Amino acid sequence: MVSGLMVAQAADFPNKPITYIIPFDPGGQTDIEARRQQPILEELLGVPVIITYRPGGGGSVGWSELANSPPTGYVIAGNNIPHIILQPLQRGNAGYNTEDLEPVSLFQTTPIGLAVLKSSPIESFEDFVQYAKEHPGAITIAGSGTYSGHHIAYLQLEKLAGIKTTYIPFTGAAPQITAFLGGHTTAILANSNDLVQHQDRIRVLAIGDDQRFPSLPDVPTFVELGYDMIPRIDRGICVPKGTPPEVIAILEAAFLSIARDPEIQSQMIEQGFVPMALGAQEYKEYIALKTVEYSELMQALEDR
Amino acid sequence: MLFAFGEIFAPSNFLLLVLSGIAGIIVGCLPGLTATMALALLVPFTFTMPAITGLIMLGGLYVGAMFGDAIPATLINTPGTPSAIATTFDGYPLAKKGLAQHALTANAFSSLVGGLIGTILLLTLSPPLAELGLKFGPPEYFWMAIFGLTIIGTLASQSILKGLTGGALGLLLSTIGISPIAGDVRFTFGVTNLQAGVDLMVALIGFFCIPQVLEMVEFGVKHHRPVKYKPQKGVALQTIAFLLRKPILLIRSSLIGVLIGIIPGAGGNIAALVSYNEAVRWSKTPEEFGKGNIEGIAATETANCSVVQGSLIPMLTLGIPGSPAAAVILGALMLHGMRPGAEMYTTFGHITYTFIFSFFVGVIVMFIFTAWGSRIFARMVNVPLQHLAPMIAFLAIVGSFAIRNSLLDVGLMLLFGLCAYVLHKLGFESGPVVLGLIMGPFAEQGLVQSILMGRASGSVLRLMFSRPISLVLIGLCLASVIWPMVSHWQGKLRTGQREQGPAAAEQPSAAITEEGVVMGRDQ
Repeated sequence: MVSGLMVAQAADFPNKPITYIIPFDPGGQTDIEARRQQPILEELLGVPVIITYRPGGGGSVGWSELANSPPTGYVIAGNNIPHIILQPLQRGNAGYNTEDLEPVSLFQTTPIGLAVLKSSPIESFEDFVQYAKEHPGAITIAGSGTYSGHHIAYLQLEKLAGIKTTYIPFTGAAPQITAFLGGHTTAILANSNDLVQHQDRIRVLAIGDDQRFPSLPDVPTFVELGYDMIPRIDRGICVPKGTPPEVIAILEAAFLSIARDPEIQSQMIEQGFVPMALGAQEYKEYIALKTVEYSELMQALEDR
Repeated sequence: MLFAFGEIFAPSNFLLLVLSGIAGIIVGCLPGLTATMALALLVPFTFTMPAITGLIMLGGLYVGAMFGDAIPATLINTPGTPSAIATTFDGYPLAKKGLAQHALTANAFSSLVGGLIGTILLLTLSPPLAELGLKFGPPEYFWMAIFGLTIIGTLASQSILKGLTGGALGLLLSTIGISPIAGDVRFTFGVTNLQAGVDLMVALIGFFCIPQVLEMVEFGVKHHRPVKYKPQKGVALQTIAFLLRKPILLIRSSLIGVLIGIIPGAGGNIAALVSYNEAVRWSKTPEEFGKGNIEGIAATETANCSVVQGSLIPMLTLGIPGSPAAAVILGALMLHGMRPGAEMYTTFGHITYTFIFSFFVGVIVMFIFTAWGSRIFARMVNVPLQHLAPMIAFLAIVGSFAIRNSLLDVGLMLLFGLCAYVLHKLGFESGPVVLGLIMGPFAEQGLVQSILMGRASGSVLRLMFSRPISLVLIGLCLASVIWPMVSHWQGKLRTGQREQGPAAAEQPSAAITEEGVVMGRDQ
């Protein structure tokens, strides 16, 4: 009876407005992407899409709200990797569990790169590692947040390169980049779009991607340099656990068709993002893979 | 530059500028609706427009909100956005005296001046000012926050001890939620939504609005409203003429607004409070602030309007938004295929300059609207208490819910409101509490980051006490702490003199009496 009702509901999904939760403040990358998608989604799904901001706790407030929303597909939220994996791991009670958020589609990645100012004597990634070995702890690296994508990248870098540096967390991209461009920190771990934005003033030493980043073709990847790490922040969309598969499929199709649109993709590349188009199943597998990787890193951090 | 004005005055652009400006005033008026949120809502509509039109609308909305937020601050003691906190200090006392129109005209005119000076600086000095903004690192943020906290000395007019207690309470409230640096979960008592911390606007509505409602109820039972607002002829010109004789006040406040606007994170609220504090410090009659002094309104409104342009300086030149609202505009620029930086003044020069020039037109239009509207808005004072109090309570609840669509926020707002009411009765004021809440995160982040940086460089103390801007800020802190004592002492000396001779009666005064306006005897 209940499942029959759900199928019936799914059949005419969607027939009322969909709420799209942004678990961050307006103006961030997640918001920019959602605003880009909103008019196209409305056209594809035939219903209004209402963007609502539930910022706080690095996203946890929005995600715990989604986790407690009815699993009907009418409430969806942007979700970010590694945030949704690391927060429940680190905080104990983040208000949601990673599994409570049912992945729908992953549409964008921002590789994380390491950079210094153009005026810095550090010319290459090798220089950076050598300087760090000679002066343990003296290099300061600006990043955004603790137990965030940047922090994880920093931990991986220290572990794989066998160096000791000082991580300085900031509360967002704007203060982080201001401090770095002002010369208050030696280096920065930043998202690719910010690196592209400030490329006139900075020297990007390495970037976290499996192939060279189109907007910064001269920058080697960490893997190329011999460090097995691909630090990046992924953005996708999720629904509450228990949402009917038929409903997920409808949303998945809409998001994938936007993500595969060549015009949208070229806009993203232009702005320093990497377009992706993972469906629900692939996204789920990707999260499982990353969960194992990050759990090991967090364990190593605790053992330190 | 003619092309810019040609674009702005193209009928559709001009109409949209005016409409978005009015929308901005309304958004600013309603506590709980922020400029940032309204801008984000507008962004998708600008997709289909030419980039210039979209930007003109976004700019108009942003400026309008800064004009509008002073209106509820003056009329119902509730800042429409956090930028208008300090407007309540003198605006509401004026409204209580039946001089709401004076206060509103002063709002409109000071916002105009702030907007014009801000735009001139945005147009002429963007690159060097953006570089100056970069000089602000963690130690500077820390000292700026400490400097901000010294404003307690000005706000706590009755007892410094009570002011400091309030400030400490605010600092404590600011620690609720995920800690900004280490990511620990603090004081959430297991409530997930508290991980987001206390929203400033929720606290503002609670601390400023609810005690007012309760006092109205309490007062209404005993008395009738003592003062009615009567529209008067010539108020606008009189107020403007008065303010025009205070050029230093206006220019200083504008510069404070632009400079603080440039620094990411620090926005209109801090700029307005700092500007208010400076106005009190440099005034010959500091004791008149907080009781309904037009200069207090001018200082805050000038600064919170010039913050708009200040926050756009690093956004247009470097691509770093100086405020959350500027971040949304940056997003819109990117969606229109522009990348802030040098290109903005070359390849996209015509768009950028048109955008900047649209502020000149925008602030003038907003000024005309708000100055003209002041006679209408001011009538709100005459609404009988039995209608006004429930109306404000309703706005407070809707507003605190709208910020993050959270019922918890409504509960927190009411809790803060009840606490504030009790605290008021005990002689504690809301200003210092809110100040602590604003400055807490800055002080904490700046301090922890500075300690990390200092350890990496070998000496925390050297980092904290040797950088030029830090030293200037430390000097300002000291001055700010010592000044109230000096002026208190001076004030005593002056009263002594006054008692001795009739010459003291000639003292120029900016006092506004209940019979009418006596704006300085020196005219």
